[in-house]
Amino acid sequence: MEENIVDKVTQGEYKYGFVTDIETEIIPKGLNEDIIRIISKKKEEPDWLLDLRLKAYRHWCTLKMPHWAHLNIPEIDYQNIYYFAAPKSNPAPKDLSEVDPELIKTFNKLGIPLEEQKQLSGMAVDAVMDSISVKTTYKENLAELGIIFCSFSEAVRDYPDLVRQYFGSVVPYTDNFFAALNSAVFSDGSFIYIPKGVRCPMELSTYFRINAAQTGQFERTLIIADDDSYVSYLEGCTAPMRDENQLHAAIVELVVHDRAEIKYSTVQNWYPGDKQGKGGIYNFVTKRALCKGDDSKISWTQVETGSAITWKYPSCILMGNNSVGEFYSVAVTNNYQQADTGTKMIHIGKNTKSHVVSKGISAGHSQNSYRGLVKISQKADGARNFSQCDSLLLGDKCGAHTFPYMDIHNDTAIVEHEATTSKINEDQIFYCNQRGISNEDAVGLIVNGYAKEVINKLPMEFAVEAQKLLSISLENSVG
Amino acid sequence: MEIEQSYIKIYKDFGQLIKDNSAEVMNRERDKAFARFEELGFPTTKLEDYKHTDIRSRYAIDFGMNIRRVEFPINPYSVFKCDVPGINSHLFFIVNDSFYHDPQGDTTNKEIEDLISQGVLIGSLKEHAEKQPDLVAKYYGKAANVQNDGSVAFNAAFAQDGFFLYVPKNVVIEKPIQLINVMRATTDTMANSRNLIVLEEGAKAKFLVCAHTMDACNFLSNRVTEVFVGKNASYEHYKLENTSYNMTNIGSLYVEQSEGSNVLVNEMTLHNGFTRNNICINLNGEHAEALLCGMAIGDKEELIDNTTAINHNVSHCHSKELYKYVLNDKATGVFAGRILVKQDAQKTEAYQSNKNLCATKDAHVYSKPQLEIYADDVKCSHGATTGQIDDNALFYMRSRGISEREARMLLMLAFTNDVIENISVEALKNRIHLLVEKRFRGELSKCAGCIICKE
Repeated sequence: MEENIVDKVTQGEYKYGFVTDIETEIIPKGLNEDIIRIISKKKEEPDWLLDLRLKAYRHWCTLKMPHWAHLNIPEIDYQNIYYFAAPKSNPAPKDLSEVDPELIKTFNKLGIPLEEQKQLSGMAVDAVMDSISVKTTYKENLAELGIIFCSFSEAVRDYPDLVRQYFGSVVPYTDNFFAALNSAVFSDGSFIYIPKGVRCPMELSTYFRINAAQTGQFERTLIIADDDSYVSYLEGCTAPMRDENQLHAAIVELVVHDRAEIKYSTVQNWYPGDKQGKGGIYNFVTKRALCKGDDSKISWTQVETGSAITWKYPSCILMGNNSVGEFYSVAVTNNYQQADTGTKMIHIGKNTKSHVVSKGISAGHSQNSYRGLVKISQKADGARNFSQCDSLLLGDKCGAHTFPYMDIHNDTAIVEHEATTSKINEDQIFYCNQRGISNEDAVGLIVNGYAKEVINKLPMEFAVEAQKLLSISLENSVG
Repeated sequence: MEIEQSYIKIYKDFGQLIKDNSAEVMNRERDKAFARFEELGFPTTKLEDYKHTDIRSRYAIDFGMNIRRVEFPINPYSVFKCDVPGINSHLFFIVNDSFYHDPQGDTTNKEIEDLISQGVLIGSLKEHAEKQPDLVAKYYGKAANVQNDGSVAFNAAFAQDGFFLYVPKNVVIEKPIQLINVMRATTDTMANSRNLIVLEEGAKAKFLVCAHTMDACNFLSNRVTEVFVGKNASYEHYKLENTSYNMTNIGSLYVEQSEGSNVLVNEMTLHNGFTRNNICINLNGEHAEALLCGMAIGDKEELIDNTTAINHNVSHCHSKELYKYVLNDKATGVFAGRILVKQDAQKTEAYQSNKNLCATKDAHVYSKPQLEIYADDVKCSHGATTGQIDDNALFYMRSRGISEREARMLLMLAFTNDVIENISVEALKNRIHLLVEKRFRGELSKCAGCIICKE
């Protein structure tokens, strides 16, 4: 009986698995210097960026793929990937009527308010399909405030000085294997600049969509919040259902100046593979925020329900005095999904604070790990950290693991870490049953309550979506 | 591999001599262990488990090894006054790497004879391996992780002697058995020794190991202890380290627990140079219970690394782990604790806690509590904190006329108290209370190079 419910709750269908039939322009498979030159040329990039790409590529060639994570990653053939794929359309759509209707249909299907008529939802959206940013909405309204919100390629063209100043300043190409790969072949992404003293009036968001087969997506996001500014940014991701595995290796860099704040929310729902673990996206992302100024603040919120393998650690470098880093995460793994995710909080400035809440839910045959680092450097007087990592196990074939690292080099630091692992309490289910709530609903309730602390941190529109996603991901899997 | 090369050469040149001066049972796997050591080398900081503890460089000193088993001309029974007054124990010594036979010593007294008549085997591992090869072979090397740890492989290749204890079915040894590892030499010396402890069904024993240094030379000891605890047996293991700053102490403890057994491990490091404790407890039978605790007080540039693993291999087992560190000056504390719950180990309860007190800016703590869980019906948690003495508590005491120094000490004592409270041997508990207090007053480190005249 109980088994059935677990099965039911964990076997929901992936509803974004369709493929858009659209003409796609791709370049030959494989990776070499010529490919990089082609990508760069297609995007009409300046020489300095091409040089940087080539440098990154040459560095990448000297690296080996790391294997330290608690993940079982099949061999990836980097020569068997298309590094650039773009929906074919006329150059740079000026308004919606020029965007391919198939594309709009796609994004509508995903429920993304690309159409201006959905103005009421009040969100500026940048939509990225495969390697190209399709359309950014509300650009003009934002420009009045001096906010720059555009695709990365446009930023390179229109604001080269800004891009050049910050590009790679938080995640240099030498950082790790996937950062080097991304720096060599990155395609598109979002670029945001919030000028001094501006509070961005609406949520900015990007939807990433992988459409073409056998392609990898390598987007690059750069957000800069100048002094006293604030922005809330959301990203969402989906991909079609395919038997093969596709690679997604992005870099996200955030720079926060004095008294500024960035709130970065992710609802990651790449295709997780089927019930037998076939197919799905490999989500290997480097996300890092630099709290450069005093009193700056970063808040990462992520709801991870998709991807065959998730491997990422959104981190905060708390360099400014009194800067604050937050990390709220719900990671759900089901069937044969694997996740090794967490955060790094590097305290450098004085009186820096960080707060980590991580909620892992594993079901089916999945493996879900939290890996986090809290580092208090010698100069970080008065640093404070509190981390809480809870794991919930639904089913006896899955695993939940916690690997926190605490490196403390300062006597005034207070660092606390707490973790628990358990399954849903039978008493709780019984209590709900008694009050006429079915097993399935009871589990839904309990899981939602368990993740509430994190979901509450999401902007409202996303919170609703995340809650739905959570129940779909776990559909048919109560334990 | 230069550091390893010199030892490889020693083994190649003197391998036969090592074997001639050990027992046949201990020699069986020796060449294999050596081959494994040749492959692995000493652990480097590139390995996750040794990330903050560079034990390889500690082997770089040109240590002497006593391969020919030359007897050292001291009688520890007369020189060494046990520093746990009032403790009533069976006392044994390992001087450097050899079991010490004292004609007038404990091995011949009446109580021991009494135990021997009940079937207890106690004394030198080498001798018992010669007398009871089948019994020793059944257990020797069965728990130690020779395959993955270069340091343990090194020990298996070079250890020639050690301590052996066998407690037959339902025999209870009331008095604690105390084994003192003394380092005594005039030149830099390395000691590799091996302890084997076997408790049959329903047996009971308490074992106290003390590590001491008596000279100011550079010492390195690499000791591997294997413990097999039978069904419903009960075993307590205390380790007290009080060594000098020039000492490198690498201790590996492997405990295999059967159904319904109960084990307490308590490792206390009061004063040391460079210490690495590997502790691995395997819960192999249902309803087994393990309590693992430890405490470390470090100052100067001391390093204390406790790397522990508790493996829940079957269902219905309980484990609890508690480690506390107090660090001063430029001391480094490393704690890595892993709890592994295998897929079918349902109804497991495992709790782990690590608390650290940092008193200076240059003291470093690396804490790595880990949970790896493959079963769903479990209750597991871990917690780790690092901080300093609570200012409010300090203020409270000072406002009541207690000097700051005294108040600090009281709070630090209270902090370490939960670990000390887990000692069931009353005399030892009182003694450790006193030693910890002395340690915090700085009296212990003053003459840390010499332990003899401590009283």
